[in-house]
Amino acid sequence: MFSTETPARTTGQRLSWKLSLWRAILSTALGERLVYRGDFALGTLMRFLPIVTQIFLWYAIFDSIESTQGGNLESTEIRGFHFTDIVAYYLLTMVARAFSSMPGLASGIAREIRDGEIKRYLIQPIDLISFLLLTRIAHKLAYYAIAILPFALVFFLCRDYFTSGWPSWPVMVAFAGSLVMGFLIGFFLEAAIGMIGFWFLEVSSLLFVYMLFSFFLSGHMFPLTMLPDNVATLVNFLPFRYLAYFPAAIFLGKIPEEDLPMELAIEACWLTFFIIVCRIAYARGVRRYSGFGG
Amino acid sequence: MERDPRSDRTKYWKVFLTFARNSLVRDMTFRTNFVLQCISSIGWTLMNVGFYLIIFQYTTSIGADSGWDRDKFFLFIATTWFINSLVQAFFMPNAEEFSELIRTGGLDFALLKPIDTQFLISFRRVDWSALSNFAAGFIIALVALYSLATRQLDPMIPSIVSILLYVFFVACGVAIMYSLMICLSATSIWLGRNQTLYNFWFYITNFSRYPMEIYNRGWGRPLYGFFTFIIPVLLVVNIPARILARPISPQTWEDQLLIVWGLAATLLSLWISRWVFKRALLSYRSASS
Repeated sequence: MFSTETPARTTGQRLSWKLSLWRAILSTALGERLVYRGDFALGTLMRFLPIVTQIFLWYAIFDSIESTQGGNLESTEIRGFHFTDIVAYYLLTMVARAFSSMPGLASGIAREIRDGEIKRYLIQPIDLISFLLLTRIAHKLAYYAIAILPFALVFFLCRDYFTSGWPSWPVMVAFAGSLVMGFLIGFFLEAAIGMIGFWFLEVSSLLFVYMLFSFFLSGHMFPLTMLPDNVATLVNFLPFRYLAYFPAAIFLGKIPEEDLPMELAIEACWLTFFIIVCRIAYARGVRRYSGFGG
Repeated sequence: MERDPRSDRTKYWKVFLTFARNSLVRDMTFRTNFVLQCISSIGWTLMNVGFYLIIFQYTTSIGADSGWDRDKFFLFIATTWFINSLVQAFFMPNAEEFSELIRTGGLDFALLKPIDTQFLISFRRVDWSALSNFAAGFIIALVALYSLATRQLDPMIPSIVSILLYVFFVACGVAIMYSLMICLSATSIWLGRNQTLYNFWFYITNFSRYPMEIYNRGWGRPLYGFFTFIIPVLLVVNIPARILARPISPQTWEDQLLIVWGLAATLLSLWISRWVFKRALLSYRSASS
């Protein structure tokens, strides 16, 4: 908007201006986050507590399968998952969710629309979606900087559950790629949901339904392969699995190495889809928007 | 002045009914919101039921020889649902409001009222929509009981006595949860704001959701002991569920001891929470207005 009014600027100047803007946004958000680091680290550690319950629940399940079918704990499996795999799976979905979960993003956008705050993105030379993305990246970076300690501690304590050790480097690359894309899919998906606020002023119940679905269908609750076959086929077509199941399954080698490029390409398609949906929703929404409130 | 305790009790009951009616009026004012809340909590129930149904596709019971097969485990789930919905309907909104009252200094007004402060704090709001989960629990229980009574292998119909005991111990479970919540929210008088404590509440009660036997092995034993004897959340669901899902007559003396301990734990937690609450009130120093 404003950049078009200053034609004297060269492309280089404009780029450096953009970069300094991004740096300013990043460092502000980082500072904002690091204020509550103590509470943060403790909160992250507590978030692992439900996994303790899961470990005992799944041990009890495998224990009873083992006693009815014979064999031992190492040979008992459910759809390719041994007991140790399940625990490792839950731990890895925590990592995946640390990337893909976007607390407060959609509700924040909807609130800004309702309160009229969103006006400032219409008059300032900042694009709403890029601004939110940068803030979110900064928040996540600050989060990882602190959360890495509790995460490392828990993974170290639970290292015995990772029976096959570190995966090979192509798998690690795919894992990292799926985490980054998981973050972006999570961001654009939730941002698009927040944009619904342009059409309906109250979206909190819709958000709750989305949260329920994503909790179940992302594989946060249990490995998606355990679903009955026909349901699993359907769920595999949905984008939710990239938020938790997919990265964890890659790390544990549950997705054959030769399929990885194809699977990642499909994920990239979903990502593009959500970027487009989000952009269209924003453009349409702004056209509909009439600035309520002061 | 001498006061008749019976008229006191009816007075409290009347106050409670007024609170409940006010909350219902408030809920009914935003009816769509109410319906949506009911739907979303039932959605949460359906997801959980789905999860356990999936588990029971692969196994016949939770834990080898523990007796928690599908039907009995669903009775357990129903019990969890009964207790959680009662706690969420009657105590959760109040506990949330309590820390807000302390932060804003609104507790001053509660202290001035000629009524027991703990009573006033605990029962002011009723979240009627949370009772939809009670209904959901009821349906789960009915289906599980029907399936348990009509199945070929080892059918079972609970006796009247066990049903009465069940209702009684569900009430005990709610009382234990209530005490825990009062203790946690009383600490917000000392700590100011305690968002993390509410997460803590969620994480602690998470342990109560499964049969207690599963923790009784290896490094789970300290947890088992801690959550049975120190913070007795494991008793909350386990005792009533065991009474209903297992026949009473061939119970071991350990089972009976557990029931006695459950009763003692209920009384103790109520007493301790009352004490903690009173102590906490003594350290209350209003907030600047």
